[in-house]
Amino acid sequence: MSVGKNEPRRDGPAKLTGRAQYLDDLAIPDCWHGVTVRSTVPHGRIKSISYDPAFPWSECVVVTAKDIPGQNVVTLIEPDQPLLADGLVRHREEAVVLIAHADRATAYEAARRVKIEYEALPPVFDMEKSDKTFKSFTITRGDLDAGFAAADVVVEGEYRTPSQEQAYIENNAIAAYEENGVLIITGSLQCPYYVLKAMKKIFDRDETKIRIVQTVTGGGFGGKEEYPSMIAGHAALLSLKAGRPVKIVYDRHEDMVATTKRHPAIARHRTALTKDGKLLAQDIEVIMDGGAYTTLSAVVLSRGTLHAAGVYECPNVRVRSRVVMTHTPPNGAFRGFGAPQTLFAAELHWEKIADVLKIDSLTLRRRNIFKLGSTTATGQTLLESVGAEECLEKSVKSSGYVAKRKEYDRWNKNAKNKTWKGIGLAVCHHGAGFTGSGEVYLASRAGVALTKTGELIVLAASTEIGQGTNTMFAQVASDALGVPASWFTVETPDTHKVPDSGPTVASRTCMIVGGLVSRATKDLKRAFEAEYGRVPKTPADLKKAAAVLCRTSPARRFEVQFEKPADVTWDDATYKGDAYGVYSYAAIVVDLEIDKVTYEVRVNKVTTAQDIGKAINPLLAEGQIIGGSTQGLGWALLEEPIFKDGVMINGTFTNYVIPTSLDTPPFQVILVEKPYSRGPFGAKGVGELPMDIPGPAVAAAVKHATGRLIPTLPHTPERIAKALS
Amino acid sequence: MIKLTVNGKKKSFAGAPFKRLLDALREDFALTGTKEGCGEGECGACTVLLDGKPVNSCLIPVCQAEGAKIETVESLGTPEKLSKLQAGFLACGGAQCGICTPGMLMTAHAHIRTKGKCDDRSVRTALAGNLCRCTGYQDIVKSVIKAAKK
Repeated sequence: MSVGKNEPRRDGPAKLTGRAQYLDDLAIPDCWHGVTVRSTVPHGRIKSISYDPAFPWSECVVVTAKDIPGQNVVTLIEPDQPLLADGLVRHREEAVVLIAHADRATAYEAARRVKIEYEALPPVFDMEKSDKTFKSFTITRGDLDAGFAAADVVVEGEYRTPSQEQAYIENNAIAAYEENGVLIITGSLQCPYYVLKAMKKIFDRDETKIRIVQTVTGGGFGGKEEYPSMIAGHAALLSLKAGRPVKIVYDRHEDMVATTKRHPAIARHRTALTKDGKLLAQDIEVIMDGGAYTTLSAVVLSRGTLHAAGVYECPNVRVRSRVVMTHTPPNGAFRGFGAPQTLFAAELHWEKIADVLKIDSLTLRRRNIFKLGSTTATGQTLLESVGAEECLEKSVKSSGYVAKRKEYDRWNKNAKNKTWKGIGLAVCHHGAGFTGSGEVYLASRAGVALTKTGELIVLAASTEIGQGTNTMFAQVASDALGVPASWFTVETPDTHKVPDSGPTVASRTCMIVGGLVSRATKDLKRAFEAEYGRVPKTPADLKKAAAVLCRTSPARRFEVQFEKPADVTWDDATYKGDAYGVYSYAAIVVDLEIDKVTYEVRVNKVTTAQDIGKAINPLLAEGQIIGGSTQGLGWALLEEPIFKDGVMINGTFTNYVIPTSLDTPPFQVILVEKPYSRGPFGAKGVGELPMDIPGPAVAAAVKHATGRLIPTLPHTPERIAKALS
Repeated sequence: MIKLTVNGKKKSFAGAPFKRLLDALREDFALTGTKEGCGEGECGACTVLLDGKPVNSCLIPVCQAEGAKIETVESLGTPEKLSKLQAGFLACGGAQCGICTPGMLMTAHAHIRTKGKCDDRSVRTALAGNLCRCTGYQDIVKSVIKAAKK
């Protein structure tokens, strides 16, 4: 058995020796460098575009919206985002003109010689003042008025979370070239089939004339979910016009100011409870800032909405949410995908309730937390794999939470101490995969192939972006077949080689696509048994078996498609039913201290228990949990994109600070494995869950340390100072 | 003509003297193991050793490396025969997306060679100039400590 073991990372040796080739490492013969001329106003009409006559333009290729052979649109959900601004710009850093040159420095110089004049139009930057709503949702359960009428107490709160930059260390990078009439696009990306879908419209070609190939990708975190379609379109336009390969490699500043980020959000809670802390009603309002175009905002809002009531049973619930347009670069996918924003409010609100009821938030959580058989705000009954309570209790016990609350209360009373200490808690669920109907629409496919020479190959469009996809797929496939993991290789995500497994997002790669790989491999197993009499036992035996199974073709492919489980029902119109096939669960305890002079926060310890169904590879799973939690701590304490006139003004690593090794505490990770009957070997999602709740746990700990509930992230020294003054 | 030693081999460089050492390594010497993450000396992805000390090769003009010994990730092990440090990273989960890894390895390599302390605090201090967005550092620190113990 390979599942459950720490098989070494497949891509490890190449990455550790510098041999792994990221896009900018590829030697592409005769490749030119593409650069982008971007808008300098947040909203305006383009009056003119002029080119400095002193510059040798004949050396370059220049592209504008007029050069687009098909539709000027980056297809995703709504057809509202142009590939190149044509006439109107709706945000700063919107692409207007593209230039390619043989020399990178000269390409940048050319970009500086383009002058675009605008007629300025009034911009909207405040999400509460926007009059354009991209999408709204309402969830209702029970009788809200009756719930409030029965209340002993009603507690209200407003919570705000900022944007966040994904800050993958490899910037966006894509190359394009044409070969034998096929447009080949290769680069750093999460979702090859998203890029394909967008390119079909832009270039008016079918999928046989476009091929998308992922290169080794240096981190994504959602940041390479939708924006690569934009860069791919740009590189391909330049390449087709230049008649040679063109690559576009963003520098850090361009990547930070121009590409998508986490949606800033406001969440308001009005909560009715009995005097002993049982939830009676939750009335929740959520607003998210979508930026200038829809991109993925509707789906981000959906996930945020579905997680807004938290991991607690409440008979009467209303969640109203909307995502609105502002004149800033579009916000998009980032690990957690709307849930961290609404869970920040849901979890931190317990601290406020605790103060009103004079009951600690741990006790309050224990009285309301989801258990097997609980019903969610959408009316979904949780029938299996509910690890919320176990995660909570294990985190509390291992961290010494209860004793430390008391110990730090005593510490904080002593005025001679140079710090305040605090310990805070949060719990959450995270729906794995797309929503109830989303996976049905996706109809993902994956498979395995057996070649005549005995190669076993996993076929999936799910990308390895650092999370360990390829290692996990090989482990799942090998156990489904009953052979060593080393027998399997994993095909490069290439739209001419692998089926559409859906996007590499939503914590769905292991649970959904891994499940498809497992099913397909079982088909192969049956074929071995039927046609060869058994599953091969040795590499030599495999070669013989392959020759038998592939006697009439060079390879056999076994592909399967996602099938909707019969008992999962979801209604998109009413937002009622089984929102997700299953939920993963997490609890986290953050132990920190604050310098009384500088207000700097030092996190001393993080303890987290996470129910992911089954850890296919515990080392990789823990890597996801520690890494995701660290991004959550960054959002909680350090990271804040500062916007001025619609553009991020701290778009460098010098002033947008992400955690270093010295900012990061020791983590104790406890894996909780409540198997999910439909996941491969019981596995659920793990990718996003760890990002969800470090924020509220930090804020709860800061509250414990200082006595002040600060309802806005990040908790920078400046914000804490202001709150305490 | 600028003369320098790269991974034990004598090299000469005839291009612009203010070309970044990072670009000279990647473009002129075809050593693409060294990565660019920010181009402003903040992330450490481009870390190489200059006369044994870790430097951000995006901030060093190649002329400053005249006569110097440069070591890059390519000077460590091969995929077939990883160095102890690389094997430590593989065993402990020290690399995920891999883009910060070459720089991280070079900083750690220099730190281990100093034969100073190799406990959690000293390794974290040594690596503080190398950003990683994937791992949360804990497994990287474990990897380095494991390699130093062998």
